Amino acid sequence: MKRYIFNYRKAGIVMGLLFVSLTAQAERITPYSFSFSSQSALTGLLLLMLLVVFVAALVLKGKADAISKQHHSQQDEEQKMQYYLRKFSGEQIRKILEATSKRRTHVWFVPFAGLGLATMFPSVAMAQIEGSADKSSLLGEGGIIITITLLLIPVLFTIGYLIFRLIGTIHRTQNLEKQNEANQLVKYLSSLPPEQLEAELKKRQFSLDYQLSHHELSGTAQPEDKKGLIQINEQAGLPIVALKKKALPRPNIDPQLSKLVLWYLGCAAFWLLFGTTIGEYVGIKFVAPDADHVSWLSFGRLRPVHTNVVFWGWASLGMLGLAHYIVPRVGNVKLASIKMGWYALWLINAAVILGSLALMAGINNGGGEYREYIWPIMLLFGIGVGITLVNFLQTIARRTTKEIYISNWYMVSAIIFGIVIMLVAYIPYWQNGLGETIAQGYYMHQGVGMWFMFFTLGIVYYFLPQQLNKPIYSYSLGILAFWTQILFYTLIGTHHFVFSAIPWWLQTVAIVGSMGMVIPVLAGTTNFLMTFKGAWYKVRDSYTLPFFLVGIIFYFTGSLQGTAEAFRSTNLIWHFTDFTVAHSHLTMYGIISFFLWASIYAVIPRLTGKEAPQITVGAHFWLALIGMLFYTIPLMLGSTLRGSMWMEGKPFIDSVVMMAPYWLWRAVGGSLMWLSHVFFVYNMYKMMANRNVVDVREAAIEKLTTTIHSGNPIA
Amino acid sequence: MEFFDNHKKLFSAAALFFITLTLVVAIIPAIRNQNINKPLPAAQSLSEDAVKGKAIFIANGCVACHTQQVRNVDMDKVWGSRPSLAADYADIHRTDVWRNTATLMGTERTGPDLTDVGNRQPSKDWNLAHLYNPRIVVKESIMPAYPWLFVIKKQPAKGDVVVNVPVSYLNGQEGKVVATKDALYLLAYLQSLKQTKLPEGIEAPAFLYKREKKETGGAAAGAEPDGKTLFTANCQTCHQATGEGLPGAFPPLKGSSVVNGDDLEKYVDIIMNGYDARPEFGAMPNVGTNAQFTEHEVAAIMNYERSSWGNTGKKVTPDEIKKIMETIKLKAGK
Repeated sequence: MKRYIFNYRKAGIVMGLLFVSLTAQAERITPYSFSFSSQSALTGLLLLMLLVVFVAALVLKGKADAISKQHHSQQDEEQKMQYYLRKFSGEQIRKILEATSKRRTHVWFVPFAGLGLATMFPSVAMAQIEGSADKSSLLGEGGIIITITLLLIPVLFTIGYLIFRLIGTIHRTQNLEKQNEANQLVKYLSSLPPEQLEAELKKRQFSLDYQLSHHELSGTAQPEDKKGLIQINEQAGLPIVALKKKALPRPNIDPQLSKLVLWYLGCAAFWLLFGTTIGEYVGIKFVAPDADHVSWLSFGRLRPVHTNVVFWGWASLGMLGLAHYIVPRVGNVKLASIKMGWYALWLINAAVILGSLALMAGINNGGGEYREYIWPIMLLFGIGVGITLVNFLQTIARRTTKEIYISNWYMVSAIIFGIVIMLVAYIPYWQNGLGETIAQGYYMHQGVGMWFMFFTLGIVYYFLPQQLNKPIYSYSLGILAFWTQILFYTLIGTHHFVFSAIPWWLQTVAIVGSMGMVIPVLAGTTNFLMTFKGAWYKVRDSYTLPFFLVGIIFYFTGSLQGTAEAFRSTNLIWHFTDFTVAHSHLTMYGIISFFLWASIYAVIPRLTGKEAPQITVGAHFWLALIGMLFYTIPLMLGSTLRGSMWMEGKPFIDSVVMMAPYWLWRAVGGSLMWLSHVFFVYNMYKMMANRNVVDVREAAIEKLTTTIHSGNPIA
Repeated sequence: MEFFDNHKKLFSAAALFFITLTLVVAIIPAIRNQNINKPLPAAQSLSEDAVKGKAIFIANGCVACHTQQVRNVDMDKVWGSRPSLAADYADIHRTDVWRNTATLMGTERTGPDLTDVGNRQPSKDWNLAHLYNPRIVVKESIMPAYPWLFVIKKQPAKGDVVVNVPVSYLNGQEGKVVATKDALYLLAYLQSLKQTKLPEGIEAPAFLYKREKKETGGAAAGAEPDGKTLFTANCQTCHQATGEGLPGAFPPLKGSSVVNGDDLEKYVDIIMNGYDARPEFGAMPNVGTNAQFTEHEVAAIMNYERSSWGNTGKKVTPDEIKKIMETIKLKAGK
């Protein structure tokens, strides 16, 4: 055992060294020279191989030690045999007694197995390590690298196979040893006087077999369940993840609408994975700027691809898809036109596809953030949103309820505002000189606050009460937040250009508006949290409510952080740094994406009747949350330091060097976030895939009814 | 309430409210700023090449990391001699039918501000090498490389602009790196980025939030500026942290006769007004004048250079330098 511990310690040292080298790398001042076409990839591969071989050697050594230890302890045989005798179970005793009674008449047969196993060894010896074949100065040549890589693949496989065989052999050797021991035990048993052994064993068997009947207290009668209240889980086992409540099926959804909503959400999920794959790569480029030298994949071109795809592809399609479910439902009416829904979906998808290609080809609108798609492409998106507005207004006009539920206030207004915002951004009559900057400030912030945030709040006002199964805490707070958000949010656009050449009064208005945002944010947060009041226990039973809860927390903190950033004094430190990047991820990801996920997990099981495995939903939740914290916290910390360095007048390049470890952490967090999206897409597949799983009871009932029908032609 | 139960009234009210605020806070100010601001009299419009270069700047999304605005705060002083004004952007119009106006003010400063980069770093050799791969000249840079703006030729033709690229950055390719037209356009655009001088008698707006340390630092004679920091900020991109320069592009300071020698007048003149006497190296811009160095700062840089990398120049004092700077100014005046 000691040897094992020693080995673990060794392994610990190896891990520690790896970690140290990683952090040392992080503190290094220059960026990584990693490139997919360079030697370092090869070196990395070699190091990885060496590590694998080393770990394998450690494991094998441990196994070998265990075997040699077995050989050392043969003197204590007598004790060992008695130990085995004591530890026989009831069932084993029964078998022994049976055998001993037979023994008197039968000749003993000692089973022998595994002798041929020793033939394994020659083949083991044959598998030689041919590793690291060529290491001349030619390493720089592309062809040589490819050849070596190709060579390394079989070598690595050989090593892996060798280790696998070795472990197998060791295992069999150990079994052989145990077989010998078993033979000795048999000899020992037969050497004892039979009558004495039998009496002793029988006594032991009785005490071992003793059991309570389990009916001492309850009796054996079945409970009478007159009201169908008792539900017994017949297949109780130990759950790996906590069991959550299943979604309730909704049978009254129009299958046509259901298909449309699923397509919206499916496209959104695709764009999320695609957009964040790009984002992840762009994040890696901060630490490895030479990863590739392809113009279409260069940083400046990919960054807007990432932001626009997650904005217009993921979040917008996700919101619109959910709205197509909510709008008819809260009006208690059918959607005015399914067809219009499809047109909007295709138009928006076309805009995102064309936009991404155009940006990568170097065709963009001129550098305003989120306004990078040129107008013909954004027009497709605009028409899509316009069609949706008509569709929703017609649906609401035909509603059978008297009132318009507040979700529709928010969502339909968001669509109206979204169209106004796009018009302001793309109509050319006020875009010259500083006019462009003022329009840009307005656009980029209204797009976030009056399109994404406003729309998502509408979605939450529907799904949160539905998931908690109780009405929203205060309808009037919702209305207060509605009007105050319009008032204050519209004013704050230019806070992205504090201290710039735009008029000072406009900057001040933006800052005041940012402070005013405290009112709607507090109203909204209070409303949501108070809706939870008395239903907090439901969070434990639900896999959608944790998503809502995270969304609410970031709605509060993220939005107030925005207010804090707008002050002139804080702007001084944080403006132009990655703090804004961290902030936009806290909000667009922490608020919008978490709310969308919550709602998507709530709605799809209602449409398809299938649920995602809880373990992968949990993986999605935790990876997204932890990943986002790893992403944002180091960035905020590093940016604060960077801003203060600028204020102290340190050389600019020093601030780049200082950021390197924080950018590395950002890439780590980004990877976790990306991984969570892989789980999300898998969950979407599980909820939507058309796998035909036969429900035994349903199938039996169906068969029963069809036989009745065929047997009775009148029915 | 009846009002809230009527979808026409409700949504019209919300839309009207939003549009009114939009007019007040965005459209009217935008139109007003577009109309009242006129370019400065000294402003030069971009050359034909620079216009093409700006298109390349836009296409590659350079604005994602580089701002073009000097804010009226003290920390932005390093990026220009005065804060940017509305007039600086007044002459920027819609790019073409397809693309909007590009003021390129930017919202992120992952890389340096470029408002005045044409004055700060005009060197053609430096800029081209930097575009081919920024890490040739700035080891710590994380800027993307733009090799597709260059071609590699075994035998460069006569008019070709050959860029001095160390072999290790060629990835095994053989030949000379030649700048394409696109690279030269982009270079022209970068070189054209200069802050326009204000007309005589017009005072530039003040830089706000002044650093307190600096104000007291000037008074206290004991606290001299740090030469190493100044070197990193102003000299290192060309002469490198090792003081060895880049062969064929930027001369070494290590072992340099000017740095170690006693001709302080020439030395100070080079720092303040630039130098282009040696054809084998690129031209040096007037770094000191651009950065408005004081005699304390010049002395600190000189002392750092004279005592680093094995250099053994005598220590200089700010008083000596002050006199030299005055005589240089007099000469320049004549």
